[in-house]
Amino acid sequence: MFGLGPHYGFIFASYAIVAFVLAGMIVWIAWDGRTQRRLLAELEAQGVTRRSKRHGSASADPDAVFSGSDK
Amino acid sequence: MQKYANPTRFMKIADAVLPWLTTATVILFVAGLYLTSVAPPDYEQGHTVKIMFIHVPSAWLAMMCYTIIAASSVGSLIWRHPLADVSAKTAVPIGVAFTFLALVTGSLWGKPMWGTYWVWDARLTSVLVLFFLYLGLMALWQAIEDPSRAGRSAAILAIVGFVNVPIIKFSVDWWSTLHQPASVVKMSGPAIHSSILIPLLVMAAAFTCLFFVLHLRAMQNEILRRRVMAMRLLQVERAANVEAGAPAE
Amino acid sequence: MKEFMSLVRRDLLLSWREGGAIGTALGFYLIVVAILPLGLGPDLNLLSRIAPGVLWVALLLAALLSVDRIFHNDYEDGTLEALALGPLPLEAITAAKCLAHWISTGIPLTLTAPVLGLLLNLDAQAFAVLVLTMLVGTPAVSFIGAIGAALTLGLRRGGLLLSLLVLPLYIPILIFGVSSVSAVISGPSSFTASFLILCALSMASIVLAPLACAAALKLNLQ
Repeated sequence: MFGLGPHYGFIFASYAIVAFVLAGMIVWIAWDGRTQRRLLAELEAQGVTRRSKRHGSASADPDAVFSGSDK
Repeated sequence: MQKYANPTRFMKIADAVLPWLTTATVILFVAGLYLTSVAPPDYEQGHTVKIMFIHVPSAWLAMMCYTIIAASSVGSLIWRHPLADVSAKTAVPIGVAFTFLALVTGSLWGKPMWGTYWVWDARLTSVLVLFFLYLGLMALWQAIEDPSRAGRSAAILAIVGFVNVPIIKFSVDWWSTLHQPASVVKMSGPAIHSSILIPLLVMAAAFTCLFFVLHLRAMQNEILRRRVMAMRLLQVERAANVEAGAPAE
Repeated sequence: MKEFMSLVRRDLLLSWREGGAIGTALGFYLIVVAILPLGLGPDLNLLSRIAPGVLWVALLLAALLSVDRIFHNDYEDGTLEALALGPLPLEAITAAKCLAHWISTGIPLTLTAPVLGLLLNLDAQAFAVLVLTMLVGTPAVSFIGAIGAALTLGLRRGGLLLSLLVLPLYIPILIFGVSSVSAVISGPSSFTASFLILCALSMASIVLAPLACAAALKLNLQ
């Protein structure tokens, strides 16, 4: 069938499962990214800024970061 | 060093690189799948050789991903590099997925080749053990609530596992020669013919690019998630201050 | 060195007085080996063929049951923190505790194995070799297991997680332990090669595992 010999079922099954798992991972990571960006935007809209943050690694505010580490 | 440890800078670099990498991934996949579909059947394995074009890249990524985790773990343990921690954490689920795919496609390839879905062949067995190592890492990440402790515990485990991978590989090879002296079908003879090698290399490149796209995106997501967490904490803290009558700032 | 030995003695004394744990491990070993023929059928040829593997696998599982206790009690009552402030480096403390675990659990399990070998119709010439390989291999079981114990210290369901983390790391010991025993029974491969590799694995784990354990314990003691 489809010129793939007697074992076409195994070939299709393996391509299908690879496609399924990889697509699932792409969708999950894309969805996760959207969720996090939306949450961040919501928090910023509520006026929470991280300028006064004293500890932690993730400083989003570019000015705060570069005055701290670059200059 | 500190300059590159900066998550904001990483976000910018990743944003600049990702469109190119994504385009490359798509092109490589289109080319790879085309070459795969026109590749001639192997004289020994017939058309089932087509499974190799996705099996071998998955297995390759399973190993590369573990190496990346181990390298990131060294970075996060020794230099306390925040990005290394993010990289090690986000690579784990991706590695699990590729290892799982390597196992499933391997066993689907095994059925027509060997007559059973599973053979205790040295290669399959070592990939299975690698899968267990991944599961252990994932379980440890989930079991420890404090993120910084979880990160450093997982880093220790990843390094211990990485030291053990060659030993496990060696012992499984030893074990399999003991039990089935050279009876297994040789995968593809002494040298792979170029009609098979070229699609294989293109597919391997496509898988590798896809891995980096996914990993960079997942790292970005994780950085954003940590920011959201930090902002929420701050929000709660300020709310508590306001209630206590103190000024918010 | 004096502190090291006194720590080993203290741990041995504690596990002796506590008693229950080693009893549980031995009982588990016995029941696993005894339940296997009930599942496989009483064919003595089959049993004697798989005996080395069964004895080794069951030994690993039984040892795993007790491995999480290496640090647990001392962590709960704060002794571990007091020890960490003492003169011994954390690496030496973990080495002493692993050594005590090996003496209190590894050796009794090893000595039980030939008795269980009788149940499985183990080949007569394999008894001495079985005890020898287990004596060499069980230190690695204690030392590698301690890494898992240190990582899962204080976690809920730590015991289950421990087995997931540690069992894959036991595979080389299992393979070389079993293959050196079966080399004596059925032959073609060389006993010396497997046995020497087993010794090397064991020594490497004695040297390297305390480093990983100490790093993991530091996380918990902060």
